[in-house]
Amino acid sequence: MTSIADTAGTTGAAATPAAEREPLATRLAGRLGGGAVRGFLLLVALFWLMPTVGLLISSFRAPTDIGTSGWWKVFSTPAQLTVNNYQNLLSDHAITSSLVNTVLITVPATLLVVVIGSLAGYAFAWMDFRGRDWLFLLVVGLLVVPIQIALLPVEHLFRDIGIFGEIIGVILFHVGFGLPFAIFLLRNFFAEIPRELLEAARLDGASELRLFTQVIMPLGGPAIASLGIFQFLWVWNDMLVALIFSNSDSQPITVALQQQVRQFGNNVDVLAPGAFISMVIPLIVFFAFQRQFVSGVMAGAVK
Amino acid sequence: MATVATAGGAPAPAKPPAKRRSLMGTRPWVAALFLLPALVLLGALVVYPIGYTTWRSLYDAGGARFVGLENYGSVFSDDSTFTALKNTAIWVAVAPALATGLGLIFAVLTERVSWGTAFKLIVFMPMVISMLAAGIIFRLVYDADPSRGVANAVIVGVHDTFAASSAYPGAKPRPGGDITATSGGSYTTKSTAQPGTPVALPLIGIPAAKLPAGTQDAKTASGSGLTGTVWLDFAPGGGGKPGVVDQGEEALKGVEVQAVKGGKVVATAKSAADGTFSLPASAAGAQLRLPSSNFAQPYSGVDWLGPSLVTPAIIGSYIWMWAGFAMVLIAAGLAGVPRELMEAARVDGANEWQVFRKVTVPLLAPVLIVVLVTLMINVMKVFDLVYIIAPQPSQPAANVLALQLYVSSFGGGNNQGLGSAIGVILLLLVIPVMAFNIRRLRRERRR
Repeated sequence: MTSIADTAGTTGAAATPAAEREPLATRLAGRLGGGAVRGFLLLVALFWLMPTVGLLISSFRAPTDIGTSGWWKVFSTPAQLTVNNYQNLLSDHAITSSLVNTVLITVPATLLVVVIGSLAGYAFAWMDFRGRDWLFLLVVGLLVVPIQIALLPVEHLFRDIGIFGEIIGVILFHVGFGLPFAIFLLRNFFAEIPRELLEAARLDGASELRLFTQVIMPLGGPAIASLGIFQFLWVWNDMLVALIFSNSDSQPITVALQQQVRQFGNNVDVLAPGAFISMVIPLIVFFAFQRQFVSGVMAGAVK
Repeated sequence: MATVATAGGAPAPAKPPAKRRSLMGTRPWVAALFLLPALVLLGALVVYPIGYTTWRSLYDAGGARFVGLENYGSVFSDDSTFTALKNTAIWVAVAPALATGLGLIFAVLTERVSWGTAFKLIVFMPMVISMLAAGIIFRLVYDADPSRGVANAVIVGVHDTFAASSAYPGAKPRPGGDITATSGGSYTTKSTAQPGTPVALPLIGIPAAKLPAGTQDAKTASGSGLTGTVWLDFAPGGGGKPGVVDQGEEALKGVEVQAVKGGKVVATAKSAADGTFSLPASAAGAQLRLPSSNFAQPYSGVDWLGPSLVTPAIIGSYIWMWAGFAMVLIAAGLAGVPRELMEAARVDGANEWQVFRKVTVPLLAPVLIVVLVTLMINVMKVFDLVYIIAPQPSQPAANVLALQLYVSSFGGGNNQGLGSAIGVILLLLVIPVMAFNIRRLRRERRR
């Protein structure tokens, strides 16, 4: 699978030898065009960065400054930067406990999807049972089911079994809707594992469980990593599911911040640092696991 | 961050899979154990709800009375729901195409610069943040006040570069004087200008504190030519006669003065730092006019989140988030395209645009379709962005199906029948993709 860096590398190399063959005029035009391309891309990059930079800078400005002038004013008066907003935010119990809730929701929801999805993916890839293909087709069909269709019935279901508003409910919903993709991705990956490897292990007397934990899981590492990162980000960033299935004690940071948006304008000093705190972990995950993330994106969308 | 529109089998089996892939001797109950947790959860949380919601959509708001397809009718007849339907259609038609188009352009262009990887990281990054965070980011960007919202700051900056902003918004002549209001917000003298008699153009209506720094005291114009003074006819501390340049009254610099004869402008001048201006002798006998451009209110940009622009504005933020997704997938597709084809076209004399249009795009068509379909599915369900970015007064204008569903079923709409019907509609909209995925998988199996 390709990461962002890979594609750039290979294509860049392929383009060079051609340039030498072109006549001077074409090359000159290419140079000029190249300047325009560079300028355009530079502009786009600035354009793309600006909103995030604006948020980041705003998060370090005093409420009075935010109210009266734009964040770009810090370039002329850098002295106005302060960490007070962050201090206030992190001493707010509602915010810190919602951050803890985000972790308490995201980590189990990710682990459960990986484990349950791996078990099912292995069964679909390597076990023989009646209705296997039919069931797998059903799972593939479920890939694109919008979560909206399940909100109401699952709310009733969770009320009936008494987990509505609890963290466990939010986790379960995320696991349910994470599973189709997990099973799909892992089954396809596991099916690529060489048959001989599994048969050899089987002949050595390994049980299904041993086969699964000692052969499949280690070999499936890359796909499991992609899936884990994807699910992690999906759950971490979710607002809608938590908006419905959590209450004020179990709500994650997205829901806590969402309530503040109603008074937008006079509380940017809360929203900006809050949004930034909620972005930090996803950004770290993205930069650290760029390759796995991109391959997850590719597996999800394109062959 | 809705993942999944797989229009293709992921790392699909490269080799035709063996007919019987399973290992020997798997007992059925072992398989059942491996599958059980997944099937229970999928059944309870995905499959059963589809049935429940479909059934529920046939009942009224409270769920007591069977109403058949009535809820589906109200999707079209109910105003707010119909707006939601219309907006969702706009979203699906516009956002994926724009994001894919931009992604294609970026993917092709980044191949030509050495820092393409850095560029891709920057554009791709917004995809990993939450729509809530993106929503807050764009609330800041779209702030209507140009001194706070960067979008309006840029627009006002560009506007003021090309159309000079007026110097004295809100200024007007002293009532009862020689100057009267004329058409279009301009002011004209009743009397005509004669050489040797300086014209007084007293203005009021602007606080002295609002004048630019370094404003000088006004002077009565002198000399034998056609001259005059534009000044703020207000003496600080009181005193001073109306229509006369008194000690301490401030000059209004840079005001445009037009000499008008028979409805035609024959000469123009601008007041100097001391408020005086002089017109060529040819303007003798003309009336003097102060055009409205001197007094226009400053341009304050665009009301991004007002009812008329709120949907395009939110679509803009969506594209900011998802163009990177399109770009990365298309770039990967591009890496797999044989370079010789493009080279051959160039050798045959095709220019870059022709190569792009006739070779690159057709070769990428399968990837483009997948990206487009993935984004369409994603866009149908867009909720957070609209919920966060649209301010309360604009929310009805920005409504989309997913938001309406939330409002109907959970957000005080108290109509779970309608909410369920919208859910079913969302499902129906993705069924073609579902069928496509399944068909494709079956074809791969059969091979």
